[in-house]
Amino acid sequence: MATQTAGSAEPGEGSVDAAALTEWLRAVAASIAEHATELTDLDAAIGDADHGSNLDRGMSALVGVLDESHPETGDSTVDALLKSAAMTLISTVGGASGALYGTLFLRMAAAAGPVNALDAKGFAAALRAGVDGVVARGKAELQDKTMLDALIPACDALDAALAAGGSLADGLQAAAAAAAAGRDATVPLVARKGRASYLGERSAGHQDPGATSATLIVEAAAATLGGPPSAGPGGG
Amino acid sequence: MKKIINDPKNVVRDALYGVAAAHPQLRVDHAQRVVLRGDAPRQGKVALVSGGGSGHEPLHAGFVGPGMLDAACAGEVFTSPVPDQILAATKAVDGGAGVLHIVKNYTGDVLNFELAAELAEIEGIEVKAVVVDDDVAVHNSLYTAGRRGVAGTLVVEKIAGASAEAGASLSEVADLATRVNAVTRTMGMALTSCTVPAAGRPTFELADNEIELGIGIHGEPGRSRVPLAPAADLAQMLLDPILEDLDYGGSEAVVIVNGMGGTPQIELYLLYAEVARILAAADIGIVRSLVGSYVTSLEMAGASVTLTKADAELLSLWDAPVDTAALRWGVRG
Repeated sequence: MATQTAGSAEPGEGSVDAAALTEWLRAVAASIAEHATELTDLDAAIGDADHGSNLDRGMSALVGVLDESHPETGDSTVDALLKSAAMTLISTVGGASGALYGTLFLRMAAAAGPVNALDAKGFAAALRAGVDGVVARGKAELQDKTMLDALIPACDALDAALAAGGSLADGLQAAAAAAAAGRDATVPLVARKGRASYLGERSAGHQDPGATSATLIVEAAAATLGGPPSAGPGGG
Repeated sequence: MKKIINDPKNVVRDALYGVAAAHPQLRVDHAQRVVLRGDAPRQGKVALVSGGGSGHEPLHAGFVGPGMLDAACAGEVFTSPVPDQILAATKAVDGGAGVLHIVKNYTGDVLNFELAAELAEIEGIEVKAVVVDDDVAVHNSLYTAGRRGVAGTLVVEKIAGASAEAGASLSEVADLATRVNAVTRTMGMALTSCTVPAAGRPTFELADNEIELGIGIHGEPGRSRVPLAPAADLAQMLLDPILEDLDYGGSEAVVIVNGMGGTPQIELYLLYAEVARILAAADIGIVRSLVGSYVTSLEMAGASVTLTKADAELLSLWDAPVDTAALRWGVRG
C-alpha cells in the first residue's frame, strides 16, 4: 500500500498517477520520434549531430520498458515509474542529454515518493526538483543556451498558474508556452555550456537543440496530464 | 553516405565483433560494449578505465593492454558511454588497488563518468578521475564547458598506464595523470567534415578552399574558418596557440602529429617535417615522436599537433613497455 504524503492525491480527475505518467512518457517518445531529424539538424549546426538520434533511441527503449511492464494497469507508484524511466534513459541515451534527462526524472521520482498519484502542486514540486537536479548536475544557468532555458521558465509558469488558482491543465498549458518562448529565446544566445560553447560567438543565431527537446517534453505533458484546461482558447 | 557498414544502427556493435576477432588477447563484453585486458583484473594493480564516444579509433580500445588501459568503454558514435558500461568496466578490472577513470573533457563524458563513479563507490570500489583538457583551441574556459580532451589523452593514458603497471598507488597514478595533462597541449584542424552514420550527412560543410581551425574530435565545428594554406603555414597555425599557451622554451617534448582519420600518412609526415623545423627554431628538443592516426574523428581529413613537455620521469614512463593493438613497443615476440 502506498503511503499518502503532502502533494499526493487519490487517482482521479486532474491527478497524475502511473497511468497518466505512462501516457505522458509515450507522448514524449512519439514527439521525439517525430522531431528526431529536426533535433539532429539543430545539433549539427552547433553540436555534433546526434541529439535526435540519441533521444529517439532512448525513448524507444523506454516505450519498450513500458510495453513490457504495463505500469498503467498495475499499482505502480509514481516514483517507481519515474525511476524506471530515468534509469532507462541514463542507460540508453548516452551523452550529456542522457545523464541530464535521466537526472530530471530521477529527482522527480525522489521528490514524488512512493505515492499512487500526485496532485497539481505535487507534480509541480516534483518537476521543480527534477529541474533543480539538472542545474546541479550540469552546472548551467539560465541563458547558457541549454535545455534549462526551456525547463526553468516552464516550472516558473506552472507554479505561477497554480498559485493563481489555475488547474494542473491550465498550469501545463502555461508551462508549454513558457518553454516554447524560452526555446525561441535561445536563438540569439551565445552558448556557455555543452559542446555548442566551443563555437563561441558562432553559436549565436541557432536554436538550442536541448531547449527544443525539453519543450517537446513539456508540450507532451500539457497534452496528456491534468485533463482539459478549465478556460481559455486551449480548452474544450 | 558511403561507408563499410551493415546498418547505421549497429556500427559500434559490429565493429566490436571485429575488435574481438582481431585481438584474441583482449576480452570484449559485447553486452556492455567494454573492451578489457584479457588478464583483468590484475590483483594489486591500479586499474585504468577510459572510454568515450566511438568514432575516435584506435582511441580507446586500441590502447587496452599491458602498460596502458585495463578497459575501454565504447559509446555510440560521438556519444559518451553510459554509466552502466563504465560501472561494468570498473568492476571487471578492479584488482583491489582502486580504479582511475581517464575522462576527456566533454560534458557528456564527464557527467556519465561522474554518475558511474558514484555507483562504483556505493559498491565499495575506490575511484579517482582525471579529466583531460589538452585542447588549446578553446580560448575562454570560463564561458564554455572548458578545454576539450583530444589527442593528448593518448599521452595521459600511456604514462599513467606505465606508472600503474610499475606498481604506483591510485593517488600516485592520478597525480601523475594530472601532471601529464598539465604539460600537454594540442591544437587541431579539419580539411573536411565527417558523417555520423546515424545522421547520414556531413556534420558541417567546408568549402574546397577552407579549413576549420581549432576543431575537437566529434565533428563539431571549430573556432574559426580560414583559407587553406601551404603545410608550412598550417604547422605554424597549429603550433602558435600551443607555444603561446605554455612555455616550452629550452625544454624537451614528446610530439604527436595525429591524423583525424581521413588524412594519409604521407601528409602527416609532411606536416611533421614542418612542425620539427619550427620547433627546432624555437629551441624545443623533440625527444620522442608519433606520426599517425591515433585519435580520430571518423573519416574527417585533418590533423592535430600535441606537445608534452617531458622530464626524465615522464620520458622513462613513456618508454616503458606497452602492448596494445595500436601502440606497442618494448615487448618481445
